[in-house]
Amino acid sequence: MDVDDTKKFPGLVTNTPGGGIVTGKLEDLINWSRSNSIWPLIFGTSCCAIEMMSAASAKYDWSRFGFEVARATPRQADLIIVAGTIVYKMAPVLKRLYDQMPEPRYVIAMGACTISGGPFYYNNYSVVKGVDHIIPVDVYIPGCPPRPEALLHAMISLQEKIGAEHYFAKEKKTSLPMGNVRSAKDALAKESEKKRGI
Amino acid sequence: MSREELKQRLSEICPSVTFDETGEFLMAFFTPDVFLTQMKELRCATDLNFDYLFCMTAIDWKDNFTAVYHLSSTPFRHALVVKVKLTDKENPVLDSVAGIWKGANFLEREVYDLMGIRFNGHPDLRRLILEDDWIGHPLRKDYADENMIEL
Repeated sequence: MDVDDTKKFPGLVTNTPGGGIVTGKLEDLINWSRSNSIWPLIFGTSCCAIEMMSAASAKYDWSRFGFEVARATPRQADLIIVAGTIVYKMAPVLKRLYDQMPEPRYVIAMGACTISGGPFYYNNYSVVKGVDHIIPVDVYIPGCPPRPEALLHAMISLQEKIGAEHYFAKEKKTSLPMGNVRSAKDALAKESEKKRGI
Repeated sequence: MSREELKQRLSEICPSVTFDETGEFLMAFFTPDVFLTQMKELRCATDLNFDYLFCMTAIDWKDNFTAVYHLSSTPFRHALVVKVKLTDKENPVLDSVAGIWKGANFLEREVYDLMGIRFNGHPDLRRLILEDDWIGHPLRKDYADENMIEL
């Protein structure tokens, strides 16, 4: 795959005899190191997870960008890739996983199901109509399922987003109250449907 | 047992049986009143020996519910589909076959959960997939709740 993986070091390196001096903003350095070592949580609920596994394996190999340490516990993860359909029964589990992740934490919504419910949007009793009703999402990837290249692009976009953050003045992100999942947001969705005349 | 032999034998067990041969399997329509004894006969008769219930579902045909049992026999390699029409749309009830095939326990719980057919004599008729406090049975054609977005 043809991608630019030569991330520029965010500081000035001055070579001196017997070593060198690095000058730069502390925030830039912290963000540079954070964004190049994002540990994703092993979490997948359907076919998007297959593409996610493919992105992790040798052919696409997301370790080239600093994602190689996939963690099986949310306590050690920085990133949760919501790969697959989230049903109402799964929603509290996903919320708990997110709440157990340490700050700062990031969410990628992968695929149509996680963005809006996708093919399960209409006439369905069980699927959450968008994972952003439960947890705040940083990057959305459209597709059904998205290709591994799309996931890599999303992860690199997330790195860019982290690189532009103000680390010391960061606001805490929290998951949304569960009441939203089954009432308020869906009511809003219905309202907008009516407005659009669907 | 060949399809013709099977039809002959089923007519002995249940004189009122009707057949449909459009599908892959032979389909036999039973009536709900003596359904349980007939199913027992299918399981226990030495020449039939339907020892494996490999699928059990139900269909909402708007004017009736149809319970569908896919049976096969591991020694004889013959298979059969038994269908039972339940005309009571409000409160469909059928005898449980969980005492005959152990696997029917979960299959009947699933049918009860999603279609709302009650099974008499089931050892533990609770919802299988949905939460215990769920209201209604979502695979019924007339199901609706406030979260569903109609197209």
